[in-house]
Amino acid sequence: MNLILIVVGAVLINNFVLVKFLGICPFLGVSKKVETAIGMGAAVIFVMTLASAITYVVQYAILEKFDIAYLQTIAFILVIAALVQFVELVIKKISPSLYQALGVYLPLITTNCAVLGAAILNIQNEYNFIESIVFGAAAAVGFTLAIVLFAAIRERMEYSPIPKALQGFPIALITASLMSIAFMGFSGMI
Amino acid sequence: MGVLRHVKNGILSENPIFRLVIGMCPTLAVTTSAINGLGMGLSTMAVLVGSNVVLSAMRKIIPNKIRIPIFVVVIASFVTIVSMLLEAFVPSLFEALGIYIPLIVVNCIIIQRAEAFANQNTVLNSFADGVGMGLGFTLALTILGIVREILGAGSVFGLQLLGASYEPAMIFIQPPGAFLTLGILMGLVNLIEYKRKEKRAQAGEK
Repeated sequence: MNLILIVVGAVLINNFVLVKFLGICPFLGVSKKVETAIGMGAAVIFVMTLASAITYVVQYAILEKFDIAYLQTIAFILVIAALVQFVELVIKKISPSLYQALGVYLPLITTNCAVLGAAILNIQNEYNFIESIVFGAAAAVGFTLAIVLFAAIRERMEYSPIPKALQGFPIALITASLMSIAFMGFSGMI
Repeated sequence: MGVLRHVKNGILSENPIFRLVIGMCPTLAVTTSAINGLGMGLSTMAVLVGSNVVLSAMRKIIPNKIRIPIFVVVIASFVTIVSMLLEAFVPSLFEALGIYIPLIVVNCIIIQRAEAFANQNTVLNSFADGVGMGLGFTLALTILGIVREILGAGSVFGLQLLGASYEPAMIFIQPPGAFLTLGILMGLVNLIEYKRKEKRAQAGEK
């Protein structure tokens, strides 16, 4: 039951992009086409689930054990950077077609604050190992949901008459605002 | 003279928020009030200046292949320092900014300046670039914070401005308001830019 609450909470109610503002850069940057948005979403789900598991182990097996919790930020970002590099190598070896599809997005994920954000939130919320992994995966699914929906809307906007000053980022932000209002509707669910 | 130009660049023509559109996560998340925006801007500026100076001083000895991990470690160290200082001296701000302080590490502005500027320029110029970019960021965040606080709570920096009869539009300090305010502000900046260009073009014709 607890796990279901975590999933619903992370995907819909506290959506990482639209409510918590984590991962805005890729959300605005790679959302011009639905196809690329799906690629980015898949890469994020993959990395975030793994990162949640590994940072959990790092926090409790290394940082807390040796009483160096103040190094959390440095340790986590290094783990994530190394993980992304590692994932890139593995995918390249195992599945070249997947690598082709995700290729460009993988390095970008290091600076996606959603990944580091999920890792830190796991520790702050004192989730156990399973809950951490579920939270990481669910938050990434929420990210994917938001970015794919957003890309679909942006594809439509290509053909709309938009005032010159609002073209590009301004209208994208206003669209995101409307999406965010829609997602606020979920807040009564739990 | 050249040093001052770098400062001015960061504030106006290359403003990280309105022109380059980087570092959006903290921009949208913490600007629920003017003071939070200002605090976040100054914290980011401290990290940016520190990392720019250190990385430009080390630019000749950093091997090109592993430069990104080195950047990240230097930046993360400065973030940890700033985070500890905030916790010790302004705990209320530390509470309000919460998770977004450690997330300064992944603020694209800092790594982008390290990669695009500090890695190729002298210490003095990198310092100026850090100050300029930092000020530009702080300015944008403070403006956004002020607008949202006025509309959403009727106050500025905590001072009640609009009186008791004003019914605050709560939406502006909630998440949708962040997107909406920034989108409209950015549109306004574009509009001013177009008008100025038109004027210049007309002046050129005469």
